[in-house]
Amino acid sequence: MPARVRTWALVALSLALFLLLWAVTAAWVDDNTLPTPLAVWQSLRVEWRSGELLTHLSVTLLRVLAAFLVAMTVGSAIGIWLGMKPLADRLIDPWLILLLNIPALVIIVLSYIWFGLNEAAAIGAVALNKIPNVVVTLREGARSLSPEYAELARVYRFGFLKRLRHVVLPQLQPFFAAATRSGIALIWKIVLIVELLGRSNGVGFQIHLYFQLFDVATILAYTLAFVLVMLLVEYLLLQPLDKHANRWRSARV
Amino acid sequence: MPIAGGRLVSESSQTQAVSVNIRGRHFRLGDGKSLHVVDALNFTLPPKSFTCITGPSGCGKTSTLRMILGLDQQYEGEIALPAGGPVAAVFQEPRLLPWRTVEQNIRLVLPDSRQNASIDELLVELGLGEMRNFYPNQLSLGLARRAALARAFVLQPQLLVLDEPFVSLDEATAERLRQVLMRLWQARPTTALMVTHNVEEAVRLADRVLVFSDRPARIARTVDIDVPRAERQGRVLHDLIGRVQG
Repeated sequence: MPARVRTWALVALSLALFLLLWAVTAAWVDDNTLPTPLAVWQSLRVEWRSGELLTHLSVTLLRVLAAFLVAMTVGSAIGIWLGMKPLADRLIDPWLILLLNIPALVIIVLSYIWFGLNEAAAIGAVALNKIPNVVVTLREGARSLSPEYAELARVYRFGFLKRLRHVVLPQLQPFFAAATRSGIALIWKIVLIVELLGRSNGVGFQIHLYFQLFDVATILAYTLAFVLVMLLVEYLLLQPLDKHANRWRSARV
Repeated sequence: MPIAGGRLVSESSQTQAVSVNIRGRHFRLGDGKSLHVVDALNFTLPPKSFTCITGPSGCGKTSTLRMILGLDQQYEGEIALPAGGPVAAVFQEPRLLPWRTVEQNIRLVLPDSRQNASIDELLVELGLGEMRNFYPNQLSLGLARRAALARAFVLQPQLLVLDEPFVSLDEATAERLRQVLMRLWQARPTTALMVTHNVEEAVRLADRVLVFSDRPARIARTVDIDVPRAERQGRVLHDLIGRVQG
């Protein structure tokens, strides 16, 4: 069996086992606080037909994307700067530790109080929760930049953009990949809280609604739908990008 | 006017020679002491000449190259480089960017105006014709060194600086590479300065050999070699080596 098929067969088997375990447990408990996979599937179809699922999923996805872009841009710029300037690093480091340890909930609540219940406050709060992680990761990356390649760029008089594109960013790629992976997972969880506390749409808002109705099947339907979207992002976007960036590593005679 | 500790690019009216006039270089050590690496060095490299620097290990040969390349500017003295022309370096390790192919590595040093220049001839001359799309980790050390040479020569530099480019190769590979370097340099003459600890290599390649003293470096001897390169073998070679070793 080719390695690729084998990998997918294992993934399918793993998922099937999970569904089986879930179905058996739900049948055994026999209570509507733990619906069977079939009940969740039916809720999913109801939400899909009404158009609600697609609306709320895409709103949440857009918020995740916006917060992710803001956090990566701001966080990596600050991180690379701190990694290259030890004095600035010593000065800013305590702020970073402070920010890393403020609970997400506090940042969200304060953001809504100070900036109002609007989209900018919501996305800003999510980004601010993620920025310190990006800073710390990219700071490590900038510290590990090779002085040998920097000298090469200097001797051969590379301009700023050439140096950035061909010398600096390829060295930072693993750090960007790490920040992206941990970033997306964290961000979508925080986006849900932001939606629950101060937005009138999105997966978080829907989960809050069905929590009040005690409709566990629909709560799980939304959760699974979004997890599925994130899986697609992982397999169709992140992994191919990773593979492209690392093509030189696997090249061997 | 020369500026102490700075870098001076000679005016175009002056010669295309490289002139090095270093009056000293001290390294600050962690414990507050300082290490006197280079004492006083005074030499010029005539245009299109090939000069080798040799001397005991740790005597400041590589430090001197770093000052000439502008990678170390904390010295006293002045260094004048040819006006306008690019400088190329071949480092001890090939220093190819591992995430770029051989061809991309070579083209990367070219200015935008020369991006369309053909590098085919150079690649074939270096035996890299088949490997232009290889990544550096697919190359042996000898081949990677060839790619580093290609990257230096493609620039058509006014000054080519080489830091032990044949070290840690087996003798047969090193010998082939020396011949490649000579062919390239004779076809595309440029002012070359090479550091090597191998005296025989120095006298076979160079027009002139500068022998450095122990640290702090001074020039202990200058040996001009006017014997044609083809005749530098057997007895003649032996005598030349003797002159360099003093």
